[in-house]
Amino acid sequence: MRDQVQKILEMADDELILGWRNSEWTGIAPLLEEDVAFSSIAQNEIGHARALYELAGRELGATADELAFDRQPEEYRCSRLVELRLVPDWAATIARHYLYEQADEERIAAFKQSDDPELAGLAAKIDREEAYHRMHAQMWFERLGDEPRLAAALEELRPLLEARGEHTPGFAGLWEEMTSVRRSLAGATW
Amino acid sequence: MTEQQVWDALDEIPDPEIPVISLVDLGVIRSVDVSRDQVRVEFTPTFLGCPALEVMRDAMAERISALGAEPEIQVVSDDSWSTDRITSKGREKLRASGFAPPAPREVGGPKLVQLQSNAFRCPYCGSQDTTLENIFGPTPCRSVRYCRSCRQPFEQFKTI
Repeated sequence: MRDQVQKILEMADDELILGWRNSEWTGIAPLLEEDVAFSSIAQNEIGHARALYELAGRELGATADELAFDRQPEEYRCSRLVELRLVPDWAATIARHYLYEQADEERIAAFKQSDDPELAGLAAKIDREEAYHRMHAQMWFERLGDEPRLAAALEELRPLLEARGEHTPGFAGLWEEMTSVRRSLAGATW
Repeated sequence: MTEQQVWDALDEIPDPEIPVISLVDLGVIRSVDVSRDQVRVEFTPTFLGCPALEVMRDAMAERISALGAEPEIQVVSDDSWSTDRITSKGREKLRASGFAPPAPREVGGPKLVQLQSNAFRCPYCGSQDTTLENIFGPTPCRSVRYCRSCRQPFEQFKTI
């Protein structure tokens, strides 16, 4: 059970942090369509994070907000891949999107087979939404084709996918930003 | 109080983002159980990140309280909601308001090649000469397409 909660937290942390990073394209993406797309994807990822934190929180006796925003930076279990601030590098953003969605598909497929009906059900729901993220990643992967900047970014980023535990240097800044409101208003209810 | 009375009351609650259809038309209410003064509703979210979920939940609780009963809204986060659950009345209302209703869900879910095909019909002129503009749109549940026949962009409900 403990192992399973850790796996759920890993995915929740990935989705939360990637949601934050994707939302950094809001307003400044190279095309208006991509402004809308990355904002929408970010919204979905953070929605998935919330549902996963709620599920883990029932085992851990914590709320989704407490798990998302009240932990210390070293307690987050996200992959180094999702932590990177890639704005304004579009090729690297598409490379990450493609790598992440592929790996996420496998993880979701495993969760769908879980003996825990709540986790299996939630994973099946998340999968239906992620299908659109995968189609979007596939579309851009095909569009950029053999663009050397995409190939270089894929090579550079791929090893970071499974790197967890030690954070990238930029994570501290993201954590500061992400948790500042709750830290400044301790005890406030929203 | 009967279950039908509760269903009728819930059918008066508009979707917060697309108010032309009701929550019942949207198919997000999985079950209604009435026992004495208590009403239990099982509610399935559309998209997990949809900000309208809390609004829907509160509106249902408020409406049930107004009927003089104690509401209990149980949120069920599994894949039991699909756009196939939108009623035919709901689909017609969507179309009449310029939202193309979702295509039926096929085994294995939607595919990119399908979205890029011309299988989707313009809600304004009925032409199938339409192209995909953006997989994503103004809310998580919609894509944006363009009709080459009447030269109008339109919003297409995603199949989930």
